Amino acid sequence: MPYLARRLLTFPLILIGVSLLVFFSIRMIPGDAITAMLGTESGLLTPVQRQALAEYFGIDQPVLVQYGRWLSGVMQGDLGLSVTHGRPVLTIILERFPLTLELALLSMVIALGIGVPAGVLAATQSERPSDVTVRIIAMLGQSTPGFVVGLVIIYVLSVYFGFVPTMGSFVPIWVDPLANLAQLIFPAITLGFAFAASVTRISRASMLDVLSDDYVRTARAKGVPKLSVVWHHALPNALIPVVTLSGVEFGYLLGGAVIVEQIFALPGLGRLTLEAIGQRDYALVQGCVLFIAFNFLIVNLLVDLAYAALDPRIRLGAR
Amino acid sequence: MNKKISRTALAGMAAALLASASLALPAQAANLRLAWAQDATGLDPHAQTAFSSLRLLELIYEPLVRHDSALDVVPAVAESWEFSDDGQTLTFKIDPNAKFSDGAQVTSEDVKASFERLLDEATGAAARSNFLSIASIDAPDPATVVFNLSQPDAPLLVAMASINAAVVPAKAVTEGTVATTALGSGPFVLDSWEPNSREQLSVNAHWAGGDIAYDGITISVLPDETAILASLRAGQTDFALINDPLVATLVPNEPNLQLNAVPGLAYNVLQLNPSRAPMDKLQVRQAISCAVDRQDVLDTALVGEGKVTGPLTMPAYASDPSTLFCYEQDIEKAKALMAEAGVDGFSVKVIAATGEPPVASAEAQVLQSQLAEIGIKLEIELMELNVYVDRWLAGDFDMAVAQNGGRADPYPMYNRYFTKAGNLVKVSNFTDDEIDSLLQQGRVETDIAKRKEIFAQFEARLTELAPWVWLSTSNTYTAQLKTLSGFEPSATGTLFSLTKVTLGQ
Repeated sequence: MPYLARRLLTFPLILIGVSLLVFFSIRMIPGDAITAMLGTESGLLTPVQRQALAEYFGIDQPVLVQYGRWLSGVMQGDLGLSVTHGRPVLTIILERFPLTLELALLSMVIALGIGVPAGVLAATQSERPSDVTVRIIAMLGQSTPGFVVGLVIIYVLSVYFGFVPTMGSFVPIWVDPLANLAQLIFPAITLGFAFAASVTRISRASMLDVLSDDYVRTARAKGVPKLSVVWHHALPNALIPVVTLSGVEFGYLLGGAVIVEQIFALPGLGRLTLEAIGQRDYALVQGCVLFIAFNFLIVNLLVDLAYAALDPRIRLGAR
Repeated sequence: MNKKISRTALAGMAAALLASASLALPAQAANLRLAWAQDATGLDPHAQTAFSSLRLLELIYEPLVRHDSALDVVPAVAESWEFSDDGQTLTFKIDPNAKFSDGAQVTSEDVKASFERLLDEATGAAARSNFLSIASIDAPDPATVVFNLSQPDAPLLVAMASINAAVVPAKAVTEGTVATTALGSGPFVLDSWEPNSREQLSVNAHWAGGDIAYDGITISVLPDETAILASLRAGQTDFALINDPLVATLVPNEPNLQLNAVPGLAYNVLQLNPSRAPMDKLQVRQAISCAVDRQDVLDTALVGEGKVTGPLTMPAYASDPSTLFCYEQDIEKAKALMAEAGVDGFSVKVIAATGEPPVASAEAQVLQSQLAEIGIKLEIELMELNVYVDRWLAGDFDMAVAQNGGRADPYPMYNRYFTKAGNLVKVSNFTDDEIDSLLQQGRVETDIAKRKEIFAQFEARLTELAPWVWLSTSNTYTAQLKTLSGFEPSATGTLFSLTKVTLGQ
């Protein structure tokens, strides 16, 4: 069986596993949609009232029955209805996804655009001042939490420039590209900053490895110019660990960047999931986690395929 | 040279064109831009209890009566009302101008249907417990509605001033669309709602309350309050709700911003569990009360933003805190009480919710250090709100740091915890014959002076028995641009007076 088909066949199994895990674990934590809606006031409900609300929220049935119902819905492409939004889960997720996707792409561009050249520079200038500077900045970037960077950016923008990007609701790129960019560039920098740091460190280390390989030395000996050796001969091979790292990070970002979304008030997938958990909106939590898991699987698959493209020595599915 | 001139000329023309184009644009709708960190959780005025939900629904629906900023009961849908002499019937005349936002007249049938829905257990309204004295409702003519009560119930009118007793169209009740359509008789109409993101409201042309100086309200959900402050600072938000006292104290530093702070009705309290040893001993509870320095908790955990309070927070009934039992910290007395009880220090766990209120964990820490002075070792258990609510409702705690909601009347505020039939007795784990009887007397007494006397006794007795250690009220905050004028903050937290606001420049 071809590699791709075999990989795709494992998807449903993994997703069912994920769904089981999320379905039962979200029900194991104390509290339910009723306590989430009414808080301590829910103690004033009579048993009849409580039962009526449980029916309304669909949590009156045994858990296994609930799971069966939900799964059969999912099989037909119906992720259920969110009780807080009063709308289909899939619709809500698809509304939130463009923001998350755009933010993930933008931060990847920033991270790779800065990280790879900086890493290459550091590797070729190994142990010289520029290398040390790059490494210090990278260390700082990796160790500064995202919420610090985000809050500092907001503070500087609002206090010194009297500007804050539109917050609260998302302006799609096809509605107003400038406002969209103004809205996403700072969150993307916040996310990209830390990620650029890891990219720098990985590409530097991997570049150093590759530069000491025999084929690079051969190329140098044959008189290929240094720049060409670095960019054409060494870089493609040095990029393999960067691709792995980026794949994992990208998959992670597609799950939403909770803290950055919170600080910049962006309605993305991360906040959607977090709020759904807080409000015990079970259908929405399940839908979000399933969607995020699916994205992760796809991104992982693409990363594996990219290996083969980058390095012909890797043959997928070879026994 | 020539080229340069023509280019400049072109640029000038372009700029002029742009300017005229912007002048020619139709006047933009004047919206009040409001921001809050916590979004509403639903649209059913009878069932919702979350702070933001109530604030949103108060702009869309109207109850029969409402509280003004002095907490007096004033007309809303009803233009007048009267209790019968025996206190067993309450009659309302409905304002002939009151209309729903679709233009339909508000009639007595709508009021009847609304209260019947509220009382129907299938609605799941937590506020139902405040209306149980209503035996039947008559609608003799479209403008008159009569509530027949099973017993005199003085606090009923105050309970009716809540948006939880909103008048909804009878049609929406029969069609089962109350929770989804938000069709009310209030000042605004909800045009759209994206939960946890934004709401758009426009002025209800049919509102009986008069004209509003702008066209609508846009509500943005900005979950981080420092971001709300940034947005105000940059002039992108006109008006905001602030929960965190630490953020609120930063507002006055900004030249273009104004902070509105009002002591709210909610109270911060250390709930003891008298069903667990050694808090079952009166002297131990009293010792805890004496060992706590309430002003210090307020100053440290709430950065001084609030007031030390006894059980009653509404200005009309509240006693001077200094007259209450051990409201001045007295470590010696506390130690003596502990010795009298034969208890020589102990360890207990105190539960607190993360972020709800924002000051809960700070309060717990201050209390931890204060109680350590009399040998009580507090172990703080911080937990997510829903987990906390579960434990709290089950009465499953030694002590709990809580912020409990207040009411404009003492009876609905405390009958749930401290009458023998109260729904939340398993949370307080405490009853006392005298407390029970004082609450019952206060419920049926309609004479205001006598009620005050009764509730003063209630408050004194409750603090002396110390089932809980009442600490302070918190301020409710709103922050606004100084260009905005006319907003009157209220202890209930309502944003209703946004209807009187002018946006300025």
